Amino acid sequence: MSNRRSSVMQSGTPSRITDDQMIELISKLRQLLPEISHSRSDKVSASKVLQETCSYIRSLHRQVDDLSERLSQLLSTVDADSAEAAIIRSLIT
Amino acid sequence: MSSSLISPNPIAMGNPPAAASDRSREAKARRRKKKAQAQAQAQPKARSQSSKWKSQAQQQIFSSSLLQALANSRRGGGGSGGGAGRAVREAADRALAASAKGRTRWSRAILAGRIRISKFRKRKRPAAAVAAAAAAAGRSRKPRVSVSRLRGKGLPAVQRKVRVLGRLVPGCRKEPLPVILEEATDYIEALEMQVRAMSELARLLSGGASNGAGSSSNSPTAPPPSQ
Repeated sequence: MSNRRSSVMQSGTPSRITDDQMIELISKLRQLLPEISHSRSDKVSASKVLQETCSYIRSLHRQVDDLSERLSQLLSTVDADSAEAAIIRSLIT
Repeated sequence: MSSSLISPNPIAMGNPPAAASDRSREAKARRRKKKAQAQAQAQPKARSQSSKWKSQAQQQIFSSSLLQALANSRRGGGGSGGGAGRAVREAADRALAASAKGRTRWSRAILAGRIRISKFRKRKRPAAAVAAAAAAAGRSRKPRVSVSRLRGKGLPAVQRKVRVLGRLVPGCRKEPLPVILEEATDYIEALEMQVRAMSELARLLSGGASNGAGSSSNSPTAPPPSQ
């Protein structure tokens, strides 16, 4: 029987994480998630938190990709003398 | 860690001269605020890590380094078509990683990955699902434990999901579980900041493009345009 302290599953370093440590990390993660943090905070399993985390990171990646596409289009249409070019120049200095 | 900004990009926005901030209304307001906050940021970060990604100063630093990188790349050849979006994404990731000041693994991995062999870069860039699936086929040789605890990390489902998470966060494929969780929390906040900063940039640009003279974007930090 594996006790809580040492897990035999790590093929690399046997990181002895305690349950409390794990719970704390998971709860920190849970607070960042937009969906779960609004619901009851005591009955969410670690597995669900991790799943939500993965999908949230993926959706954030997608958002960044979409924004990059949009920014690239916007930047290509900026002409040299318009106001936004001035904004860009001032931000870059 | 004692210097205020440790990053490969020459982020000149750390100490902006006050005279140069008169060119644009919003930039001026933001610059003023950022200068005040930059000094606070130069102090050792006694406050928690999570607030660092929410600060306006951090967003400013990210935006300016992103714009700088984009301006450099535009001068170099100009993005065209589908390649431009990818270039913007990578510049954004680099700027994000630079803003992290090298304190987290994922930021170091992003920065290191850009300098190294470029064909490996394409392995990380495709959709995370594809990469995770491909990697899972070849890499999951870890022996699954037969005994499962309910709350400890011995649960195989939790282990699996943490591995998937580790593949999503750059640079965390081989890290033990607590490291992955920590990196993931910081990475999520950094990504949120990235999304915020880029949408604000896009709003600025598109607002200016449709109006021409003055931008009507209601950015929350900008005062009404004063001529």
